[in-house]
Amino acid sequence: MLRDIYNTLLEFVRTFGAFQLFFLKLVKHSPAILVTRFDLVVKQVYNAGALSLVIIMICGLFVGGVLGLQGYSNLARFNAEDSIGVFAAFGLTKELGPVITALLFAGRAGTSLASEIGLMKATDQLSAMEMMAVNPVRRVLVPRFLGGVIAMPLLAAVFSAVGLFGTHLVAVELLNVDVGAFWQQMQNTVDIEDINEGILKSVVFGITASHIAVWEGYNAIPTAEGVGRATTRTVVITAIAVLVFDFMITAAMI
Amino acid sequence: MDETSENLIEIHDLKYSRGPRPIFEGMNLTIKRGEITALMGPSGTGKTTLLRLITRQLIPQHGVIYVNGVDISTLNIRKLYEMRQQFGMLFQNGALLTDISVFENVAFPLREHTKLTNRLIRHVVLTKLHAVGLRGAADMMPAQLSGGMARRVALARAMVMDPEILIYDEPFVGLDPISMGVIVRLVRRMNDALGITSIIVSHDVAEVSTVADRSFLISEGSVAASGSPDELRTAKSELVRQFMHGMADGPVAFHFQAPGYEEQLLGRDSE
Repeated sequence: MLRDIYNTLLEFVRTFGAFQLFFLKLVKHSPAILVTRFDLVVKQVYNAGALSLVIIMICGLFVGGVLGLQGYSNLARFNAEDSIGVFAAFGLTKELGPVITALLFAGRAGTSLASEIGLMKATDQLSAMEMMAVNPVRRVLVPRFLGGVIAMPLLAAVFSAVGLFGTHLVAVELLNVDVGAFWQQMQNTVDIEDINEGILKSVVFGITASHIAVWEGYNAIPTAEGVGRATTRTVVITAIAVLVFDFMITAAMI
Repeated sequence: MDETSENLIEIHDLKYSRGPRPIFEGMNLTIKRGEITALMGPSGTGKTTLLRLITRQLIPQHGVIYVNGVDISTLNIRKLYEMRQQFGMLFQNGALLTDISVFENVAFPLREHTKLTNRLIRHVVLTKLHAVGLRGAADMMPAQLSGGMARRVALARAMVMDPEILIYDEPFVGLDPISMGVIVRLVRRMNDALGITSIIVSHDVAEVSTVADRSFLISEGSVAASGSPDELRTAKSELVRQFMHGMADGPVAFHFQAPGYEEQLLGRDSE
Protein backbone atom coordinates (compact mmCIF):
# COMPACT_ATOMS: atom_id res chain seq x y z
CA MET A 1 0.00 0.00 0.00
CA LEU A 2 2.71 2.46 1.07
CA ARG A 3 4.83 1.13 -1.71
CA ASP A 4 2.04 1.85 -4.23
CA ILE A 5 1.72 5.42 -2.99
CA TYR A 6 5.49 5.82 -3.17
CA ASN A 7 5.59 4.47 -6.72
CA THR A 8 2.70 6.64 -7.86
CA LEU A 9 4.36 9.67 -6.35
CA LEU A 10 7.68 8.80 -7.95
CA GLU A 11 6.02 8.33 -11.31
CA PHE A 12 4.26 11.67 -10.98
CA VAL A 13 7.48 13.50 -10.11
CA ARG A 14 9.25 11.81 -12.98
CA THR A 15 6.54 12.72 -15.50
CA PHE A 16 6.39 16.27 -14.19
CA GLY A 17 10.16 16.62 -14.53
CA ALA A 18 10.06 15.27 -18.07
CA PHE A 19 7.21 17.69 -18.82
CA GLN A 20 9.36 20.63 -17.69
CA LEU A 21 12.42 19.42 -19.59
CA PHE A 22 10.23 19.09 -22.65
CA PHE A 23 9.23 22.73 -22.19
CA LEU A 24 12.89 23.77 -22.10
CA LYS A 25 13.45 21.82 -25.29
CA LEU A 26 10.58 23.66 -27.01
CA VAL A 27 11.89 27.02 -25.81
CA LYS A 28 15.44 26.19 -26.85
CA HIS A 29 14.43 25.57 -30.46
CA SER A 30 11.90 28.41 -30.63
CA PRO A 31 14.18 31.34 -31.64
CA ALA A 32 15.76 29.40 -34.49
CA ILE A 33 12.39 28.28 -35.82
CA LEU A 34 10.96 31.81 -35.54
CA VAL A 35 13.81 33.12 -37.66
CA THR A 36 14.38 30.35 -40.18
CA ARG A 37 10.98 28.70 -40.53
CA PHE A 38 8.52 31.50 -39.89
CA ASP A 39 6.33 30.10 -42.68
CA LEU A 40 5.63 27.01 -40.56
CA VAL A 41 4.70 29.18 -37.57
CA VAL A 42 2.33 31.31 -39.66
CA LYS A 43 0.55 28.19 -40.85
CA GLN A 44 0.06 27.08 -37.25
CA VAL A 45 -1.15 30.51 -36.14
CA TYR A 46 -3.73 30.13 -38.87
CA ASN A 47 -4.67 26.61 -37.70
CA ALA A 48 -4.86 27.45 -34.01
CA GLY A 49 -5.99 31.06 -34.29
CA ALA A 50 -7.91 31.88 -37.44
CA LEU A 51 -9.82 28.60 -37.38
CA SER A 52 -10.86 29.24 -33.76
CA LEU A 53 -12.12 32.76 -34.51
CA VAL A 54 -15.75 31.91 -35.15
CA ILE A 55 -16.26 29.94 -31.93
CA ILE A 56 -14.39 32.62 -29.95
CA MET A 57 -16.51 35.42 -31.40
CA ILE A 58 -19.83 33.63 -30.88
CA CYS A 59 -18.95 32.76 -27.29
CA GLY A 60 -17.62 36.28 -26.65
CA LEU A 61 -20.83 37.85 -27.89
CA PHE A 62 -23.01 35.73 -25.61
CA VAL A 63 -20.78 36.04 -22.55
CA GLY A 64 -20.81 39.82 -23.05
CA GLY A 65 -24.60 39.71 -23.41
CA VAL A 66 -24.99 37.76 -20.17
CA LEU A 67 -22.72 40.24 -18.39
CA GLY A 68 -25.03 42.99 -19.65
CA LEU A 69 -28.15 41.31 -18.30
CA GLN A 70 -26.68 40.24 -14.96
CA GLY A 71 -24.85 43.52 -14.47
CA TYR A 72 -27.92 45.55 -15.24
CA SER A 73 -30.21 43.68 -12.85
CA ASN A 74 -27.68 43.94 -10.00
CA LEU A 75 -26.43 47.49 -10.62
CA ALA A 76 -29.97 48.81 -11.08
CA ARG A 77 -30.64 48.11 -7.39
CA PHE A 78 -28.07 50.76 -6.54
CA ASN A 79 -29.12 53.04 -9.39
CA ALA A 80 -25.67 52.43 -10.84
CA GLU A 81 -26.70 50.88 -14.16
CA ASP A 82 -24.61 53.48 -16.01
CA SER A 83 -21.51 51.76 -14.61
CA ILE A 84 -22.32 48.59 -16.49
CA GLY A 85 -19.60 49.38 -19.06
CA VAL A 86 -16.95 49.44 -16.34
CA PHE A 87 -18.29 46.27 -14.80
CA ALA A 88 -18.19 44.41 -18.12
CA ALA A 89 -14.80 45.81 -19.14
CA PHE A 90 -13.11 44.69 -15.91
CA GLY A 91 -14.76 41.29 -16.06
CA LEU A 92 -13.88 40.68 -19.67
CA THR A 93 -10.35 42.04 -19.98
CA LYS A 94 -9.01 40.75 -16.68
CA GLU A 95 -10.85 37.48 -16.17
CA LEU A 96 -13.39 36.13 -18.57
CA GLY A 97 -11.52 37.05 -21.74
CA PRO A 98 -8.31 35.17 -21.00
CA VAL A 99 -9.89 32.32 -19.02
CA ILE A 100 -12.80 31.43 -21.29
CA THR A 101 -10.64 31.89 -24.38
CA ALA A 102 -8.06 29.50 -22.89
CA LEU A 103 -10.76 26.93 -22.12
CA LEU A 104 -12.26 27.24 -25.61
CA PHE A 105 -8.76 27.16 -27.08
CA ALA A 106 -8.07 23.89 -25.25
CA GLY A 107 -11.28 22.44 -26.62
CA ARG A 108 -10.88 23.63 -30.18
CA ALA A 109 -7.15 24.02 -30.94
CA GLY A 110 -5.57 21.99 -28.11
CA THR A 111 -7.49 18.83 -28.93
CA SER A 112 -6.75 19.15 -32.62
CA LEU A 113 -3.03 19.66 -31.89
CA ALA A 114 -2.85 16.69 -29.53
CA SER A 115 -4.75 14.34 -31.81
CA GLU A 116 -2.87 15.47 -34.91
CA ILE A 117 0.52 14.89 -33.30
CA GLY A 118 -0.67 11.65 -31.69
CA LEU A 119 -1.91 10.34 -35.02
CA MET A 120 1.30 11.42 -36.75
CA LYS A 121 3.10 9.31 -34.19
CA ALA A 122 0.70 6.38 -34.56
CA THR A 123 1.09 6.38 -38.36
CA ASP A 124 4.91 6.50 -38.13
CA GLN A 125 5.09 10.00 -39.64
CA LEU A 126 7.32 11.18 -36.80
CA SER A 127 9.57 8.12 -37.13
CA ALA A 128 9.70 8.72 -40.88
CA MET A 129 10.92 12.26 -40.22
CA GLU A 130 13.54 10.93 -37.82
CA MET A 131 14.68 8.58 -40.56
CA MET A 132 14.86 11.44 -43.04
CA ALA A 133 17.21 13.11 -40.54
CA VAL A 134 14.60 15.75 -39.73
CA ASN A 135 14.09 16.46 -36.05
CA PRO A 136 10.33 16.20 -35.42
CA VAL A 137 10.61 18.41 -32.36
CA ARG A 138 11.83 21.27 -34.54
CA ARG A 139 9.77 20.52 -37.62
CA VAL A 140 6.43 19.54 -36.03
CA LEU A 141 6.25 20.41 -32.35
CA VAL A 142 7.91 23.82 -32.05
CA PRO A 143 5.91 25.50 -34.85
CA ARG A 144 2.66 24.18 -33.34
CA PHE A 145 3.67 25.33 -29.88
CA LEU A 146 4.60 28.80 -31.15
CA GLY A 147 1.43 28.99 -33.22
CA GLY A 148 -0.64 28.46 -30.09
CA VAL A 149 1.43 30.88 -28.01
CA ILE A 150 0.98 33.64 -30.60
CA ALA A 151 -2.67 32.92 -31.35
CA MET A 152 -3.94 32.81 -27.78
CA PRO A 153 -3.47 36.50 -26.75
CA LEU A 154 -4.92 37.59 -30.09
CA LEU A 155 -7.95 35.40 -29.55
CA ALA A 156 -8.37 36.67 -25.99
CA ALA A 157 -8.31 40.25 -27.30
CA VAL A 158 -10.93 39.43 -29.91
CA PHE A 159 -13.04 37.70 -27.25
CA SER A 160 -12.93 40.73 -24.96
CA ALA A 161 -13.70 43.16 -27.78
CA VAL A 162 -16.63 41.16 -29.10
CA GLY A 163 -17.78 40.60 -25.51
CA LEU A 164 -17.90 44.35 -24.88
CA PHE A 165 -19.88 44.76 -28.07
CA GLY A 166 -22.29 42.10 -26.73
CA THR A 167 -22.69 44.00 -23.47
CA HIS A 168 -23.27 47.19 -25.44
CA LEU A 169 -25.99 45.51 -27.49
CA VAL A 170 -27.82 44.27 -24.41
CA ALA A 171 -27.28 47.28 -22.14
CA VAL A 172 -27.59 50.16 -24.58
CA GLU A 173 -29.84 48.82 -27.32
CA LEU A 174 -32.07 46.56 -25.21
CA LEU A 175 -32.09 48.03 -21.71
CA ASN A 176 -31.67 51.71 -22.67
CA VAL A 177 -28.55 52.48 -20.66
CA ASP A 178 -27.09 55.79 -21.81
CA VAL A 179 -24.55 55.13 -24.52
CA GLY A 180 -22.32 58.06 -23.52
CA ALA A 181 -22.15 56.97 -19.87
CA PHE A 182 -21.49 53.39 -20.90
CA TRP A 183 -18.32 54.16 -22.83
CA GLN A 184 -17.19 57.28 -20.96
CA GLN A 185 -17.13 55.61 -17.55
CA MET A 186 -15.31 52.64 -19.01
CA GLN A 187 -12.67 54.90 -20.51
CA ASN A 188 -12.21 56.81 -17.24
CA THR A 189 -11.94 53.80 -14.97
CA VAL A 190 -10.14 51.06 -16.88
CA ASP A 191 -6.37 51.58 -16.71
CA ILE A 192 -3.62 50.21 -18.88
CA GLU A 193 -2.58 48.03 -15.89
CA ASP A 194 -5.92 46.26 -16.07
CA ILE A 195 -5.44 45.54 -19.74
CA ASN A 196 -1.87 44.39 -19.07
CA GLU A 197 -3.09 41.93 -16.48
CA GLY A 198 -5.37 40.42 -19.10
CA ILE A 199 -2.56 40.29 -21.65
CA LEU A 200 -0.20 38.67 -19.15
CA LYS A 201 -2.79 36.05 -18.33
CA SER A 202 -3.52 35.25 -21.95
CA VAL A 203 0.19 34.86 -22.71
CA VAL A 204 0.68 32.52 -19.74
CA PHE A 205 -2.44 30.55 -20.68
CA GLY A 206 -1.31 30.37 -24.29
CA ILE A 207 2.04 28.89 -23.27
CA THR A 208 0.34 26.51 -20.84
CA ALA A 209 -2.34 25.29 -23.24
CA SER A 210 0.05 24.83 -26.17
CA HIS A 211 2.68 23.13 -24.04
CA ILE A 212 0.16 20.65 -22.64
CA ALA A 213 -1.41 19.91 -26.04
CA VAL A 214 1.93 19.31 -27.75
CA TRP A 215 3.23 17.23 -24.83
CA GLU A 216 0.12 15.04 -24.68
CA GLY A 217 0.15 14.46 -28.44
CA TYR A 218 3.86 13.66 -28.54
CA ASN A 219 3.62 11.25 -25.62
CA ALA A 220 0.35 9.64 -26.65
CA ILE A 221 0.32 5.85 -26.78
CA PRO A 222 0.27 5.30 -30.56
CA THR A 223 -3.09 3.53 -30.74
CA ALA A 224 -6.63 4.74 -31.37
CA GLU A 225 -7.37 4.52 -27.66
CA GLY A 226 -4.11 6.23 -26.68
CA VAL A 227 -4.72 9.19 -28.99
CA GLY A 228 -8.29 9.49 -27.69
CA ARG A 229 -7.05 9.54 -24.13
CA ALA A 230 -4.37 12.12 -24.94
CA THR A 231 -7.05 14.38 -26.42
CA THR A 232 -9.21 14.13 -23.33
CA ARG A 233 -6.27 14.70 -21.02
CA THR A 234 -5.34 17.81 -22.98
CA VAL A 235 -8.69 19.43 -22.20
CA VAL A 236 -8.84 18.31 -18.58
CA ILE A 237 -5.26 19.23 -17.65
CA THR A 238 -5.38 22.54 -19.50
CA ALA A 239 -8.62 23.51 -17.75
CA ILE A 240 -7.16 22.76 -14.32
CA ALA A 241 -3.82 24.42 -15.06
CA VAL A 242 -5.47 27.56 -16.47
CA LEU A 243 -7.73 28.04 -13.46
CA VAL A 244 -4.85 27.45 -11.01
CA PHE A 245 -2.61 29.92 -12.85
CA ASP A 246 -5.48 32.38 -13.03
CA PHE A 247 -5.82 32.32 -9.27
CA MET A 248 -2.07 32.69 -8.77
CA ILE A 249 -1.70 35.61 -11.17
CA THR A 250 -4.77 37.38 -9.78
CA ALA A 251 -3.47 36.98 -6.23
CA ALA A 252 -0.08 38.33 -7.25
CA MET A 253 -1.50 41.35 -9.10
CA ILE A 254 -3.90 42.56 -6.42
CA MET B 1 36.32 -2.81 -41.24
CA ASP B 2 36.43 0.32 -43.42
CA GLU B 3 34.17 2.04 -45.91
CA THR B 4 35.19 -0.18 -48.79
CA SER B 5 34.64 -3.37 -46.84
CA GLU B 6 32.26 -5.89 -48.29
CA ASN B 7 30.18 -5.79 -45.11
CA LEU B 8 27.97 -2.74 -44.84
CA ILE B 9 26.34 -3.58 -41.54
CA GLU B 10 27.73 -5.82 -38.83
CA ILE B 11 25.90 -6.72 -35.67
CA HIS B 12 27.83 -8.35 -32.84
CA ASP B 13 26.30 -10.01 -29.80
CA LEU B 14 23.22 -7.81 -29.79
CA LYS B 15 21.02 -7.97 -26.72
CA TYR B 16 17.81 -6.02 -26.40
CA SER B 17 14.80 -6.46 -24.19
CA ARG B 18 11.59 -4.54 -23.85
CA GLY B 19 10.58 -4.55 -20.21
CA PRO B 20 11.13 -8.03 -18.84
CA ARG B 21 10.73 -9.65 -22.27
CA PRO B 22 14.03 -10.31 -24.07
CA ILE B 23 13.75 -9.75 -27.83
CA PHE B 24 17.33 -10.37 -28.93
CA GLU B 25 19.77 -12.53 -27.02
CA GLY B 26 23.23 -12.41 -28.48
CA MET B 27 22.41 -11.94 -32.14
CA ASN B 28 25.15 -11.79 -34.77
CA LEU B 29 24.36 -10.72 -38.30
CA THR B 30 26.20 -9.31 -41.31
CA ILE B 31 24.70 -7.48 -44.25
CA LYS B 32 26.78 -7.36 -47.41
CA ARG B 33 27.17 -4.32 -49.61
CA GLY B 34 25.19 -4.28 -52.83
CA GLU B 35 22.93 -7.20 -51.97
CA ILE B 36 19.27 -7.52 -51.17
CA THR B 37 19.08 -9.01 -47.70
CA ALA B 38 15.84 -10.32 -46.27
CA LEU B 39 15.13 -10.54 -42.56
CA MET B 40 12.37 -13.07 -42.11
CA GLY B 41 10.74 -14.64 -39.14
CA PRO B 42 7.41 -15.32 -37.47
CA SER B 43 5.38 -12.31 -36.30
CA GLY B 44 6.56 -10.88 -33.02
CA THR B 45 10.18 -11.94 -33.31
CA GLY B 46 11.32 -8.34 -33.38
CA LYS B 47 12.12 -7.82 -37.06
CA THR B 48 10.91 -4.23 -37.02
CA THR B 49 12.72 -3.72 -33.72
CA LEU B 50 15.91 -4.87 -35.42
CA LEU B 51 15.45 -2.23 -38.13
CA ARG B 52 14.94 0.41 -35.48
CA LEU B 53 18.14 -0.75 -33.77
CA ILE B 54 20.12 -0.62 -37.02
CA THR B 55 18.95 2.95 -37.63
CA ARG B 56 19.39 3.84 -33.95
CA GLN B 57 15.83 4.75 -33.30
CA LEU B 58 16.39 2.34 -30.42
CA ILE B 59 19.59 1.71 -28.48
CA PRO B 60 20.64 -1.85 -27.62
CA GLN B 61 21.38 -2.80 -24.02
CA HIS B 62 24.40 -4.81 -25.10
CA GLY B 63 26.42 -5.43 -28.24
CA VAL B 64 27.72 -3.32 -31.10
CA ILE B 65 26.21 -2.34 -34.44
CA TYR B 66 28.59 -1.12 -37.14
CA VAL B 67 27.27 0.75 -40.16
CA ASN B 68 29.94 1.49 -42.75
CA GLY B 69 32.53 0.63 -40.12
CA VAL B 70 31.19 3.09 -37.55
CA ASP B 71 29.84 2.02 -34.17
CA ILE B 72 26.52 3.86 -34.33
CA SER B 73 26.07 4.03 -30.56
CA THR B 74 28.97 6.50 -30.41
CA LEU B 75 27.41 9.06 -32.76
CA ASN B 76 26.12 12.36 -31.45
CA ILE B 77 22.84 13.74 -32.79
CA ARG B 78 24.44 15.67 -35.64
CA LYS B 79 26.52 12.72 -36.80
CA LEU B 80 23.52 10.44 -36.38
CA TYR B 81 21.43 12.65 -38.67
CA GLU B 82 24.30 12.70 -41.15
CA MET B 83 24.37 8.93 -41.08
CA ARG B 84 20.62 8.73 -41.47
CA GLN B 85 20.87 10.65 -44.71
CA GLN B 86 22.54 7.55 -46.12
CA PHE B 87 19.42 5.58 -45.24
CA GLY B 88 16.12 5.52 -47.02
CA MET B 89 13.35 3.78 -45.18
CA LEU B 90 10.02 2.56 -46.44
CA PHE B 91 7.61 2.18 -43.54
CA GLN B 92 4.97 -0.49 -43.38
CA ASN B 93 2.10 1.89 -44.17
CA GLY B 94 4.14 4.40 -46.15
CA ALA B 95 4.10 7.00 -43.35
CA LEU B 96 3.47 9.82 -45.80
CA LEU B 97 2.90 13.21 -44.23
CA THR B 98 -0.85 13.55 -44.56
CA ASP B 99 -1.07 17.35 -44.62
CA ILE B 100 0.98 17.86 -47.79
CA SER B 101 0.63 16.61 -51.36
CA VAL B 102 2.43 13.67 -52.94
CA PHE B 103 4.84 16.04 -54.68
CA GLU B 104 5.67 17.85 -51.44
CA ASN B 105 6.10 14.55 -49.62
CA VAL B 106 8.77 13.46 -52.07
CA ALA B 107 10.30 16.95 -52.03
CA PHE B 108 10.32 17.03 -48.21
CA PRO B 109 13.88 15.73 -47.60
CA LEU B 110 15.24 17.97 -50.36
CA ARG B 111 13.61 21.07 -48.91
CA GLU B 112 14.85 20.21 -45.42
CA HIS B 113 18.42 19.31 -46.29
CA THR B 114 19.39 21.13 -49.46
CA LYS B 115 19.22 24.61 -50.87
CA LEU B 116 18.20 23.50 -54.35
CA THR B 117 16.10 25.87 -56.42
CA ASN B 118 12.43 25.09 -56.89
CA ARG B 119 13.06 24.20 -60.51
CA LEU B 120 15.71 21.67 -59.61
CA ILE B 121 13.56 20.18 -56.83
CA ARG B 122 10.69 19.83 -59.29
CA HIS B 123 12.99 18.08 -61.71
CA VAL B 124 14.33 15.61 -59.13
CA VAL B 125 10.91 14.89 -57.63
CA LEU B 126 9.26 14.26 -60.99
CA THR B 127 12.12 11.94 -61.95
CA LYS B 128 11.68 9.89 -58.80
CA LEU B 129 7.90 9.82 -59.16
CA HIS B 130 8.32 8.72 -62.76
CA ALA B 131 10.56 5.87 -61.59
CA VAL B 132 7.74 4.50 -59.45
CA GLY B 133 5.16 5.25 -62.14
CA LEU B 134 3.26 7.91 -60.23
CA ARG B 135 4.25 11.15 -61.94
CA GLY B 136 0.55 11.64 -62.67
CA ALA B 137 -0.33 11.55 -58.98
CA ALA B 138 1.99 14.41 -58.01
CA ASP B 139 -0.84 16.76 -57.08
CA MET B 140 -2.92 14.24 -55.15
CA MET B 141 -3.10 14.15 -51.36
CA PRO B 142 -1.92 11.02 -49.50
CA ALA B 143 -5.50 10.26 -48.38
CA GLN B 144 -6.56 9.86 -52.02
CA LEU B 145 -4.00 7.12 -52.73
CA SER B 146 -4.53 3.38 -52.52
CA GLY B 147 -2.27 1.37 -50.21
CA GLY B 148 -0.03 0.25 -53.05
CA MET B 149 0.27 3.76 -54.47
CA ALA B 150 1.09 5.22 -51.05
CA ARG B 151 3.88 2.72 -50.68
CA ARG B 152 5.27 3.60 -54.10
CA VAL B 153 5.23 7.30 -53.22
CA ALA B 154 6.99 6.46 -49.97
CA LEU B 155 9.57 4.55 -52.00
CA ALA B 156 10.12 7.59 -54.22
CA ARG B 157 10.56 9.69 -51.08
CA ALA B 158 12.94 7.14 -49.53
CA MET B 159 15.26 7.34 -52.53
CA VAL B 160 15.02 11.04 -53.28
CA MET B 161 18.24 11.77 -51.38
CA ASP B 162 20.00 8.93 -53.25
CA PRO B 163 20.67 6.83 -50.15
CA GLU B 164 23.21 4.06 -49.88
CA ILE B 165 20.90 1.75 -47.99
CA LEU B 166 17.20 1.26 -48.61
CA ILE B 167 15.22 -0.38 -45.84
CA TYR B 168 11.81 -1.88 -46.46
CA ASP B 169 9.61 -2.69 -43.50
CA GLU B 170 7.02 -5.27 -44.59
CA PRO B 171 6.72 -3.89 -48.14
CA PHE B 172 4.37 -6.64 -49.34
CA VAL B 173 1.72 -6.66 -46.62
CA GLY B 174 -1.84 -6.02 -47.72
CA LEU B 175 -1.12 -5.49 -51.42
CA ASP B 176 -3.07 -6.93 -54.33
CA PRO B 177 -1.08 -9.23 -56.66
CA ILE B 178 -0.48 -6.50 -59.24
CA SER B 179 0.83 -3.94 -56.73
CA MET B 180 2.87 -6.70 -55.13
CA GLY B 181 4.50 -7.53 -58.47
CA VAL B 182 5.19 -3.84 -59.06
CA ILE B 183 6.89 -3.42 -55.69
CA VAL B 184 8.95 -6.61 -56.09
CA ARG B 185 10.21 -5.42 -59.48
CA LEU B 186 10.93 -1.95 -58.12
CA VAL B 187 12.97 -3.33 -55.22
CA ARG B 188 15.14 -5.33 -57.58
CA ARG B 189 15.48 -2.53 -60.11
CA MET B 190 16.38 0.12 -57.53
CA ASN B 191 19.00 -2.11 -55.99
CA ASP B 192 20.73 -3.00 -59.23
CA ALA B 193 20.35 0.28 -61.11
CA LEU B 194 21.45 2.49 -58.24
CA GLY B 195 24.06 0.12 -56.81
CA ILE B 196 22.62 0.36 -53.31
CA THR B 197 22.11 -2.14 -50.52
CA SER B 198 18.60 -3.21 -49.63
CA ILE B 199 17.23 -4.70 -46.45
CA ILE B 200 13.76 -6.18 -46.51
CA VAL B 201 11.86 -7.19 -43.43
CA SER B 202 9.06 -9.49 -44.39
CA HIS B 203 7.31 -12.76 -43.75
CA ASP B 204 6.01 -13.19 -47.27
CA VAL B 205 8.23 -16.15 -48.10
CA ALA B 206 7.26 -16.45 -51.76
CA GLU B 207 7.84 -12.80 -52.67
CA VAL B 208 11.02 -12.49 -50.67
CA SER B 209 12.43 -15.62 -52.27
CA THR B 210 12.07 -14.12 -55.74
CA VAL B 211 13.98 -10.97 -54.87
CA ALA B 212 16.42 -11.57 -51.99
CA ASP B 213 20.07 -12.55 -52.48
CA ARG B 214 20.39 -13.69 -48.91
CA SER B 215 17.88 -14.32 -46.15
CA PHE B 216 18.14 -14.50 -42.40
CA LEU B 217 15.50 -16.35 -40.46
CA ILE B 218 15.15 -14.79 -37.04
CA SER B 219 13.57 -16.67 -34.21
CA GLU B 220 13.73 -16.55 -30.45
CA GLY B 221 16.22 -13.75 -30.21
CA SER B 222 18.85 -14.84 -32.66
CA VAL B 223 19.47 -15.93 -36.24
CA ALA B 224 18.01 -19.41 -36.64
CA ALA B 225 19.19 -19.90 -40.21
CA SER B 226 20.69 -17.94 -43.07
CA GLY B 227 21.50 -18.44 -46.72
CA SER B 228 20.05 -17.98 -50.17
CA PRO B 229 16.30 -18.61 -50.52
CA ASP B 230 17.03 -22.00 -52.13
CA GLU B 231 19.29 -23.06 -49.29
CA LEU B 232 16.63 -22.13 -46.75
CA ARG B 233 13.92 -23.97 -48.64
CA THR B 234 15.89 -27.21 -48.58
CA ALA B 235 17.16 -26.76 -45.01
CA LYS B 236 16.69 -29.63 -42.60
CA SER B 237 15.86 -27.63 -39.48
CA GLU B 238 12.30 -28.14 -38.27
CA LEU B 239 11.77 -24.44 -37.64
CA VAL B 240 13.04 -23.38 -41.07
CA ARG B 241 10.85 -25.96 -42.76
CA GLN B 242 7.82 -24.90 -40.79
CA PHE B 243 8.34 -21.27 -41.67
CA MET B 244 9.32 -21.67 -45.31
CA HIS B 245 6.44 -24.03 -46.05
CA GLY B 246 3.88 -22.30 -43.87
CA MET B 247 2.94 -25.23 -41.67
CA ALA B 248 0.48 -24.37 -38.90
CA ASP B 249 2.13 -26.38 -36.14
CA GLY B 250 5.73 -27.22 -35.39
CA PRO B 251 8.45 -25.67 -33.26
CA VAL B 252 6.39 -22.48 -33.36
CA ALA B 253 3.27 -23.82 -31.71
CA PHE B 254 -0.17 -23.06 -33.12
CA HIS B 255 -1.53 -22.54 -29.62
CA PHE B 256 -0.46 -19.66 -27.48
CA GLN B 257 0.55 -20.76 -23.98
CA ALA B 258 -2.60 -21.70 -22.07
CA PRO B 259 -3.71 -23.97 -19.26
CA GLY B 260 -4.98 -27.42 -20.22
CA TYR B 261 -8.02 -27.29 -22.53
CA GLU B 262 -10.13 -29.74 -20.54
CA GLU B 263 -9.16 -28.13 -17.27
CA GLN B 264 -10.21 -24.71 -18.53
CA LEU B 265 -13.48 -25.85 -20.11
CA LEU B 266 -14.46 -27.59 -16.89
CA GLY B 267 -13.56 -24.47 -14.98
CA ARG B 268 -11.01 -26.23 -12.81
CA ASP B 269 -8.27 -23.74 -13.58
CA SER B 270 -9.97 -20.94 -11.67
CA GLU B 271 -10.37 -22.92 -8.50
